[in-house]
Amino acid sequence: MPHTPSAHAYSYLNLPEIAFLDAAVSRLIPQDELGPGAKEADVTYYIDQQLVSVWGTHGRNYRQGPWLEGTPQQGFQSRLTPQEIYRAAIRDTNEYCLKQFNVRFDFLKEEAQLEVLKGLESGSILLPHVSAKLFFDLLWKNTEEGFFADPLYGGNRDKVGWRLLGFPGVASGAYAAHIDNPTLYQAEPVSILDIKKGQASLDAQGYVKHVMIRKGT
Amino acid sequence: MSIQKLKPVDAVVVGTGVAGSIIAMELVNAGLKVVGLERGRMIEPQHDFAMPYVHDELKYDKHSDIFQDLSRETITFRNNLQQTALPMRELGSFKPGEIVGGTAAHWGCHARRFLPDDFIVKTKTDERYGKNFLPHDCTSQDWGVDYNEFEPYYDMFEQIYGVGGKAGNINDVKFEGGNPFEGARSREFPNPATLRTPMGEKFAKACESLGYTPFQNPAAAMTRAYVNLYKQMLGECMRGGFCGSHPCSQGAKASPLTAVLPALLKRENFELRPLCNVIKINKDSDGKRATGVTYIDSQGRMVEQPADIVVLATYTFNNTRLLLLSDIGKPYDPVSNTGVVGRNYSYQTGGKVSVFFDDEQFNPFIGGGMIGTSIDDFNSDNFDHSQLGFVGGSYIAVQTNGATPIKTKLIPPGTPRWGSEWKKATAHYYRRSFSITYHASCQSYRGQYLDLDPTYRDANGLPLLRMTFDWQENEQKMSAFMREKCEGIAKAMNPSKMGAKAVEKKYTIVPYQSTHNIGGAVMGSDPTTSVVNRYLQSWDVHNVFVVGGSAFPQNAANPPTETIGMLACWSADAIKEMYLKKPGALA
Repeated sequence: MPHTPSAHAYSYLNLPEIAFLDAAVSRLIPQDELGPGAKEADVTYYIDQQLVSVWGTHGRNYRQGPWLEGTPQQGFQSRLTPQEIYRAAIRDTNEYCLKQFNVRFDFLKEEAQLEVLKGLESGSILLPHVSAKLFFDLLWKNTEEGFFADPLYGGNRDKVGWRLLGFPGVASGAYAAHIDNPTLYQAEPVSILDIKKGQASLDAQGYVKHVMIRKGT
Repeated sequence: MSIQKLKPVDAVVVGTGVAGSIIAMELVNAGLKVVGLERGRMIEPQHDFAMPYVHDELKYDKHSDIFQDLSRETITFRNNLQQTALPMRELGSFKPGEIVGGTAAHWGCHARRFLPDDFIVKTKTDERYGKNFLPHDCTSQDWGVDYNEFEPYYDMFEQIYGVGGKAGNINDVKFEGGNPFEGARSREFPNPATLRTPMGEKFAKACESLGYTPFQNPAAAMTRAYVNLYKQMLGECMRGGFCGSHPCSQGAKASPLTAVLPALLKRENFELRPLCNVIKINKDSDGKRATGVTYIDSQGRMVEQPADIVVLATYTFNNTRLLLLSDIGKPYDPVSNTGVVGRNYSYQTGGKVSVFFDDEQFNPFIGGGMIGTSIDDFNSDNFDHSQLGFVGGSYIAVQTNGATPIKTKLIPPGTPRWGSEWKKATAHYYRRSFSITYHASCQSYRGQYLDLDPTYRDANGLPLLRMTFDWQENEQKMSAFMREKCEGIAKAMNPSKMGAKAVEKKYTIVPYQSTHNIGGAVMGSDPTTSVVNRYLQSWDVHNVFVVGGSAFPQNAANPPTETIGMLACWSADAIKEMYLKKPGALA
């Protein structure tokens, strides 16, 4: 699968990592008859931006040792930060694919990519430097976030995630009057990013004046 | 390190959340000079919580700096005494706040009183079901104060927080539309009840068909513009969602930031010091009296603030930890079952049954301010437990907090976790589903407690608090029972599909459950089983009061904030009316 260069300036991810993630997130949330998938929503760029955020370096996590493995109930205990997990796991997964299939993950056929992702999720693929399941769970969490978070974080391009659900984004001042009304409220979604760009009209309290839509189906 | 010693004040209040803000206000009203110390930063809601920036799910569900910064301080956790506790490295199960205003800046606004039986769990259970009914290792106990004594202080808190609801019981006269099981109120709620959503209406009809009595959740998000007891104006809730774990841009959520602090900060006798982290309560040479507190300020300086009265009013964890770090009260030992500080840590159980309707759509993003419809038929001791083999209960509700797109997308059981089938189901059901939730009590047990961790330390080198906690059989049985009741209600709605999520086998600190941690410095009438007396005064050091969720001896089903606020009003009144007149042990 040839890689199309992105319009974004990436802060952390390198080219093989971008290619890996573009392919992986396309399998997790595919483009289909319902509309764009995670790659088209710029989820790879979202992940890149998250990795250079306070979260990406676990800036607000407790990071003192001793580092013991613990039980599943005790939660995240890896000494690796998200930045380090992505870097190590993508490299390890590509090494695995090269060994098994002679090509990197992003050059595999879709069906083979799905099998590799399932292997990471179940832990049946062992990566040398990081838990495959830990990586997969992080990747899926970030993919879902990137598809549905406000576009101000770099993903959910054109609010495709919100359109898929029928979620109108930033609230309207009209909601209070609609609370006990069963009539469907269907509006063009508005993001914080739209408002920052001056592309939405607001009422005096800063709530959005939604443009209502009629949906065919 | 040298310690800067400041001029004495009458009272120092540690923490500016629900409890600390009210106590500080009441002590200032009594003419005392009061200093409020807060580890978090100052908040100016009109700037910090401005539109549209608060409508940001990613930030306020996980990443916001209004939550506790674990890089400086966290807790350690284990399921039982045999395990090694490990630090909670990232936020999950609960989200304590770390700002002026505390955790309440992002609370859900569900303002329910506890039920009268909740305060006498031990006596009532023994009387009604026999002395062997409570599990043998259960350490649940009576509060030492009954509902009727607390009622005026619930009322006061509701006048401060502008709670909206419909009374079901005023002076033992029952009223339709309210909760028939509630304890008698002295008067109607200060604000009207919330409107009922179409989802709430479906739930209400199903409940009525089964003989239950639905009512609207009491809520502290304003149902109309309201001027409160402290002359603060709170705006009407717009039901714009982005509510649970989010602060409110409208000032419609009653919280310390909207209902108390703006009035308090104008008072000359009050000084607020944000970014000051109290590390110790100091005592005089014989250990019978506190002399003040020591804190570390924003520039790392060690400061001693002398005071005649010290009120600990922080989150459950820090109230307990500061007592342990200050050597006030005997630490609890679960092996010998002696000592008190850290004893009776508990939480709340919960679960949900989701309903899916292929032919009907809703507006799940419209909501917030704890708009919801509940039944109390299976709460507390409102139903006969004799054949059930468990104590405790749950409220069951359909609540519409504004379904945000990352977190609140329901899919039917059996749907793959990702991929094209997941995408189809998610798109189809986001607007065609909602949950019936049960939010249940949790008893206290001998092996569930808080103490100081032997290994892990905070950024100041002080030991972290260690939590030892797991779900017990009583709560598992109750959870199964409540799930069945929810499924019964769900079926009465005739959905296309249903799904259920019950309590996990073992308690896990990973997914968010509730910020309803309680106990550790519990109140009571016996100093061998409680840290503070009925007025929340330390049994050991009479000028120390410890107020908050830490005082609950076990957890009821209802959310804790209303009762924390009530306890603040109750304890402040005891300080004003009794302690100031005659300083010394009040009980």
